[in-house]
Amino acid sequence: MASKSTATNLIRTDKVFQNLDGAEDWGIKGYEKRGGYGNELKKILKTDPKEIIELVKASGQRGRGGAGFPTGLKWSFMPRPDGKRPNYLVCNADEGEPGTCKDRDILRFDPHTLIEGMIVGCHALGAETGYIYVRGEYYDETSRLQQAIDEAYEAGLLGKNIMGTGVNVDVYTHLGAGAYICGEETALLESLEGKKGQPRLKPPFPAQFGLYGCPTTINNVETIAQIPSILKRGVDWWTQFGRPNNHGTKIFCISGAVNKPCNIEAPMSISLKDLIEEHCDGVMGGWDNLQAIIPGGSSTPMLNPEQSGEVLMDFDALRELGTGLGTAGVIVMNKEVDVLDVMTRISGFYKHESCGQCTPCREGVGWVYRLMERLRDGNGTVKELDQLFDVTKRIEGRTICAFADGAMWPVQGTLKHFRGEFEKRIEERKKQGAA
Amino acid sequence: MSDNLINLTIDGHEVSVPQGSTIMKAAEKLSIEIPHFCYHERLSVAGNCRMCLVNIEGAPKPVTSCSWPVSEGMKVTTSCDDTKEARKGVMEFLLINHPLDCPICDQAGECDLQDVAVSYGSDRSHYCESKRSVDDLEIGSKIKTVMTRCIHCTRCIRFATEVAGVEEMGATGRGENMRVGTYVEQALQSELAGNMIDLCPVGALTSKPYAFTARAWELVRTPSIDVMDAVGTNIRVDSRAGEVMRIVPRENAEVNEEWMSDTARFSYDGLARNRLTTPMHKVSGKWKSITWPKAFDVIAKAHKGVDVDRIAGLAGDIHSLEDLYAFNDFMKDVIGTDNVDGRMDGYTLNREDGLGASLMNTGIAGLEKADAFVLIGTNPRLEAPLINTRIRKQALKGAPVIMVGEDADLTYTSTHAGVDIKVLEGLAKPATKLGKLLKGKENIAVIVGAKAVLTRTDARPQMREILSFCEKMNVARKDWNGFNVLHQQAGRAGALALGITPEDNGMDASAIYKALKGGKIDVLWQFGEGDTGGESLSGAKFSIYMGTHKTEAAKEANLMLPLAAYTEKDGLWMNTEGRVQEAKAASKPPLNAKEDWKVFRALSDVFKSTLPFNTLKALRENMIEDWPILAEEHWGAKQEFDIAFKAGKATVTDTAYTAPVDSFYLSNEILRASPVMAECAAENGAAKFKPNMKKVS
Repeated sequence: MASKSTATNLIRTDKVFQNLDGAEDWGIKGYEKRGGYGNELKKILKTDPKEIIELVKASGQRGRGGAGFPTGLKWSFMPRPDGKRPNYLVCNADEGEPGTCKDRDILRFDPHTLIEGMIVGCHALGAETGYIYVRGEYYDETSRLQQAIDEAYEAGLLGKNIMGTGVNVDVYTHLGAGAYICGEETALLESLEGKKGQPRLKPPFPAQFGLYGCPTTINNVETIAQIPSILKRGVDWWTQFGRPNNHGTKIFCISGAVNKPCNIEAPMSISLKDLIEEHCDGVMGGWDNLQAIIPGGSSTPMLNPEQSGEVLMDFDALRELGTGLGTAGVIVMNKEVDVLDVMTRISGFYKHESCGQCTPCREGVGWVYRLMERLRDGNGTVKELDQLFDVTKRIEGRTICAFADGAMWPVQGTLKHFRGEFEKRIEERKKQGAA
Repeated sequence: MSDNLINLTIDGHEVSVPQGSTIMKAAEKLSIEIPHFCYHERLSVAGNCRMCLVNIEGAPKPVTSCSWPVSEGMKVTTSCDDTKEARKGVMEFLLINHPLDCPICDQAGECDLQDVAVSYGSDRSHYCESKRSVDDLEIGSKIKTVMTRCIHCTRCIRFATEVAGVEEMGATGRGENMRVGTYVEQALQSELAGNMIDLCPVGALTSKPYAFTARAWELVRTPSIDVMDAVGTNIRVDSRAGEVMRIVPRENAEVNEEWMSDTARFSYDGLARNRLTTPMHKVSGKWKSITWPKAFDVIAKAHKGVDVDRIAGLAGDIHSLEDLYAFNDFMKDVIGTDNVDGRMDGYTLNREDGLGASLMNTGIAGLEKADAFVLIGTNPRLEAPLINTRIRKQALKGAPVIMVGEDADLTYTSTHAGVDIKVLEGLAKPATKLGKLLKGKENIAVIVGAKAVLTRTDARPQMREILSFCEKMNVARKDWNGFNVLHQQAGRAGALALGITPEDNGMDASAIYKALKGGKIDVLWQFGEGDTGGESLSGAKFSIYMGTHKTEAAKEANLMLPLAAYTEKDGLWMNTEGRVQEAKAASKPPLNAKEDWKVFRALSDVFKSTLPFNTLKALRENMIEDWPILAEEHWGAKQEFDIAFKAGKATVTDTAYTAPVDSFYLSNEILRASPVMAECAAENGAAKFKPNMKKVS
């Protein structure tokens, strides 16, 4: 192993999640051996919360859950506890984005990174209670996480007066019931409160009116778990990776038509081609066999091979191409894959997961799915392709939450890159009908 | 401009609104219409229909005007191409799964979806997939459901949860499989369920009794006042060709907001059933229809040679002020007896005690300023559901509600303190567990149930104790009058205001019942039906029943005279807070039935002592001359009344207060004649409610 991290590879000590592959002990002893907790944590807990927030701001860390909102800025929105209402930190572990499985490996192989992050986060935000909302399907992972929490309590790292610093933090896990929408932060809060998981109207934002009406910050698992390492290793360590505004390390989940699908922590701004060639042994059938890549989970529009060969995997580069880093769930499709079928299936997923609260999404996503289903099989007209695009435009940006946007972008991406394929099938079908 | 006003422009027009207002409110001020479905002024904001999207200069996406707070200098456009396009889009989405069954939909003609579709929608849809259909729900005799029409605005859910206080409506399922309904298919256990019909912007929830009986545009709309309870709910009676087809609420922020109770809404079928339509005379045990002149002859004959002290008159529970006035004058001036009472249930206080002692002094809307409630012998949920909603609002904000008397589920948290008057002693002491609840409370509202407390034989000492409690707690001051009596009967406040009580040494209701038993009454005039508290009205030599329905009491009489029901005459009603409100006749009395005051006027001729009015106007003038508080300038307003209660020395007993309501759905003759109410009573069971309260020992 090289002694220094490169733009494509991290040496072990530069990784935040050193047990992401599950090769070592996931328990507290293993984590401490890897540099977790310890006196450095004690030092952090003795630091003024404001200072911590400033450090996180300086690191420029952006949320790892999909939207890429700067964590420090989000934290600075939280009011200091006023003695009347408690502050809450909620960890969003409702990892439901198709193509994404990074949080899962954190929960089962390195759960203490998250717990340490919760301790630091709660301290920084003035919260004494943290909730970890885990998707219902992660039952085993939650059991593992709970064991880790129990270990932490036993070691005096959770509960009252942690390590004698006077900081009190309690952490609870909560299992969802299998709804994708509960990954939307306000729907998650509703669900956590025991209500039907539906996004709330904003404003008010959770920092003012969140869980049970109290100031609340919601962060992704990876975001929270990275914080202790940033604070312990320093902002400079963090900013050496990635381009400005996109610093740090990131777990990429690569699936689909690659030779070695994997979860890998790599520096931000790694090129997509390097990511696939170096970490996944390349595309099945070679790079030339590539048809399209979804770069950040199913909600992000796909890239064509040309774009895929050049793009850097960070928030800004992908944004420039009209797509996004999202959760960094990379789905690779080679030429053996029926892209239209894949996208129809993804549409079906969104139809199934729409919460049903607001009109355009409730009524429209099903419409889009049915159109996709027909057009995939060539049952339709070229005019209907325009109509499909038109419908997606009528849904996008007109709903309470960003779900509908995420459901429409991949369809728009498909129309952009594969309109010809649609037209070909419509033509073939017509010929079949005539015959 | 004052500090808390925000200036903004909408479509180029400047407007200033208080801080915290929404764009919708600001637009309303400018009379700019913004279409909406889910937004409702009296419900929480859901923002889910997306019909009210508007553009704000500089904002990346259109925002919902129902929820977006205004900010200084904001520039809003409601009619640019973007918004028009957004509305068209939403409208198309709403319609893709909405059936095109307007011709057979009862909502047609007054359907928000129809109206908005015409104004803001497109004339065609691009949709050519199959439509969704949804199973209908069976949720009782009040509401008919066609759930395929549902547009998921969740107004019904929010009403049930927030206003009615029964969490029985909800949504299950996700996305296009989302279903609005009761989680378990059962009759809604609410006295206010009918309001969901008005709230539903489409034809998903419609009135079951009204189903397929009339079209909205055929109806003649008449403003009226409800008489099923003493709230004085402002209603609109919709009739067609002289038949009442339905009753809906009118808005009055001071009284009923825009709600009405289910008894008021659904009891109109009782107006057409079991009616007395012509005078009837019982001859040797058999009823015979006779003419009015013949009936007058029978009456004259019955009074011949009878001592006026052996004649008595009782007025029932739901009469208008004019009718009570005419009855009172007829009995006292024409017949000449003082044995007259308009308090058939034995209510003890009268006009001499001051009207303030018998009315809701805080006012119905005023209850929203109270920070604590003491309910004595009353269950407002069943006695006056719309007063209960006001208390509920405060209770949800944390005002303690203390119940003395029978325990019940009031739809909010209440503390059951005990069952009798003794409890008040502890309540007045801040050191006790109960007293702590009232500690530091400034505006305490004490609500006394007229039926359970003030019809008792020890009503006067009860009243004395309650008033002394009020004094101790500083309930009635210059700036706050928290003493309230809650009546059940729509006519009771009027009867007290007009002094329909014995004036000198005449018999009151309970004395009349006793005299009837002893055979000391020769002629009994029963003017309408009233709750006698179980006392029998038989025993008179000759008994005349004047009323609207062939009730059980009427069948005991010797002569029945048909009168007009509340929808069939112009009239004034005084509600439990002393507010005088005018109702207009929506239809004519059936067949030979006559308006009440006209009958008394005609009868006065028979007794050769003509009453001094020939028209309703003249009657009102006479009445107002006698009782200036009823003058036209006071109509519709809440007036202040004094308490002149003189405490006697009688000892108070501490027997428990009885339940104030036997059956919510069957409490007067119109309700008892209504098949719909009978069904509601059968499927409900106020008695079946499981109390859900904090116990304090």
